Amino acid sequence: MKTLGATLGATGVIGSGSILASCNRVEAVSGDKITLLTSSGELVEVDKSQLKPAEMPSLSENQKRGRKGLPGRSWVMVIDLSKCRNARECMKACQSHHQLKPEQHHINVLQMQETEQTSPYFMPKPCQHCDNPPCTKVCPVNATFKREDGIVLIDNERCIGCRFCIAACPYSARVFNWFEPRDAEKYEGVTYNIEANVPQKQGTISKCLFSADRLRDGQLPSCVSACPNGVYWFGDRNEDAVTNGTTKETVSFKKLVKEGAAYTLMKELGTAPRVYYLPPKDRAFPFEAEQV
Amino acid sequence: MNKIESPEESRKLLDKIVFDLTRSIVKKDELTRFWFFFLIIFAGVGLWGWIIQFHHGLGVTGMRDYVSWGLYIANFVFFVAVSLVGLLISSVLQLLKISWAKPVSRAAEQIAIAAVALAGIIIVMDMGRPDRLLNVFLHGRFASPIVWDLTVVSTYLAISVLLFYIPLIPDLAIMRDRMGSELPKWKMQLYTVLALGWKGNDRQYKTVYHALRILMILIIPVGLSIHTVTSWLFAATLRPGWDSTIFGPYFVVGAFVAGTAAVIILMYVYRIRYGLHEYFEDLHFDKMGRLLVLMSLVYLYFNINEFMVPVYKMKQAEGVHLSELFSGGYAFLFWFVQIVGLVLPILLIRLKFFRKPLPLTLIAVVVLLSAWFKRYLIVIPTLEHPFLPVQNVPEHFHHYEPTSIEVMIMLFSFFASILIISVLAKLFPVITIWEYAEEKGIDKKYFTEKPKN
Repeated sequence: MKTLGATLGATGVIGSGSILASCNRVEAVSGDKITLLTSSGELVEVDKSQLKPAEMPSLSENQKRGRKGLPGRSWVMVIDLSKCRNARECMKACQSHHQLKPEQHHINVLQMQETEQTSPYFMPKPCQHCDNPPCTKVCPVNATFKREDGIVLIDNERCIGCRFCIAACPYSARVFNWFEPRDAEKYEGVTYNIEANVPQKQGTISKCLFSADRLRDGQLPSCVSACPNGVYWFGDRNEDAVTNGTTKETVSFKKLVKEGAAYTLMKELGTAPRVYYLPPKDRAFPFEAEQV
Repeated sequence: MNKIESPEESRKLLDKIVFDLTRSIVKKDELTRFWFFFLIIFAGVGLWGWIIQFHHGLGVTGMRDYVSWGLYIANFVFFVAVSLVGLLISSVLQLLKISWAKPVSRAAEQIAIAAVALAGIIIVMDMGRPDRLLNVFLHGRFASPIVWDLTVVSTYLAISVLLFYIPLIPDLAIMRDRMGSELPKWKMQLYTVLALGWKGNDRQYKTVYHALRILMILIIPVGLSIHTVTSWLFAATLRPGWDSTIFGPYFVVGAFVAGTAAVIILMYVYRIRYGLHEYFEDLHFDKMGRLLVLMSLVYLYFNINEFMVPVYKMKQAEGVHLSELFSGGYAFLFWFVQIVGLVLPILLIRLKFFRKPLPLTLIAVVVLLSAWFKRYLIVIPTLEHPFLPVQNVPEHFHHYEPTSIEVMIMLFSFFASILIISVLAKLFPVITIWEYAEEKGIDKKYFTEKPKN
């Protein structure tokens, strides 16, 4: 069962979107159930008749299209700090999707307070996917790079583990696989998916990728979908549309950032982030009660 | 320099010089054997540490996601720094025709070769995936300071080896012609091969002088580059404590301080161990002491600039970093390095007594030690204080403490570099014989004469 799971899991890493999507269409039901491992590391039961061989790009093909990005797109995220109640569902979903250990965060909800007089607030902090990224500049082997659609990605098949990018990132967005990654045995032999950076590899870097694999499948990033409080808006700057992960409401990106007085983190550094924050104003709930 | 006219006197003096300066090669005793045994065992233990790290990954170190560079990088910077003295003594001082610097030149070059070779090894030991080293050549990006560093460090090593070898050729010929029974056969064969059929005619000397001059000039930009580029590994980031425009010259001058101290120590060791009191004279220690003061003064000036300007402004993130250094957890180390390692030596060495060989060497040991801790203070505290708070990670992510594996690997680098210097000292004269003899007024024509007996 485990071997089967792993083999199908390999397929699932790329094709889970399509497999899961195909589950919705109930046609002939044979009654034989099979357990599959999805790209987010969950086990799901699927009817055998629903299985179709998924298209599985080879590693080099995967790396090639992963480097290019989704044509015509320009991904942006807007985080509404007035809504964040520290539910941490985003962190959980992210760690599950990217096979991370409890101490590894692609997205980290920080407790912030600017001055003693100002109110404390929670700030989810993913990679800022800077348009002037300090991390990609310093990489000696082009293992981290900026794609056409704005995402800063990693190729852990190429990373030499020098950790210069960690030193260069002012947002502390990057994590390193100091040890054998989580569930290394389970994912042994699974073809690397550059757009989810799974399976993680020892001695290489990892970080938030805006769930580039899910974007390719037309889904919102894991963290955005998981949020119960409507904190995240995600979308395409070219389309001028961002969708709320909780309410699924789609609004104009320009209007949202303009009317919400959005800002970017440490803009004085000139990194030009793609993650926008709406200020933590009018928080209708006390801070202390929500601390974890 | 006064030319010695009488052939007998010339031959007698040359015999004495050759005898004295080859003592390091001929001398064979229990201490030598023990010394090599000791170095190889300890370097081997350190290497074993690296094998453990290779198998288990960088998790065996104290580094984690926030402090992601530790002892290895600090040590790397230290070794690059020490190696820079080759540039200062074997090039700059020679080009300025400072005659006392001549006998010191080879010791400086030995240190340069050993240190820069180890720097290259240390950086591989810091990699998460040393098995992918080739990627740097396959996919190298010229925009990355690491690629610049790799380029200049290997160039510097190559030029340093040449700068060591070319003035050695006439010495090798002297040994080839004059030595014999007292040395093992393989050593004599080595000298014969490496001497490249040296005859000692004017054309050959002209070529040597010409080549040396080119190398001495060439090594200046390359040498300045290695440490400037190394400083850019830090200065190219946005982090408080590293985001500084003076890091290049600040590192270069700091390197001269560390390297000068290392040469003083090596001079003292050779003087005592090989009885070279007449060659590494009190004068040399006196001059090297003055050089150390000069370099330390310039370094002090850079330190004042590097710390006083941000302290005056106390920008938020910079302020946190500086408070940690000035009065926080690193205060003792910081003030030790600044006062005991920098200010005190300047004050003491100004007194004649402290420029005597032993006192100066003791001061040099302290200076070299604080030079190492200085590199530690440059690398680690900055990483402990990123812009955004460190949260939702285990307690040991907040601070850095090197593990025993890291200390083992660091000790490997020390023992291996001393081993390289020891091997060079056992194979080749520690002072250039022909240059020294010429300086004493002996004509070149006597160098290639075979002794009659």
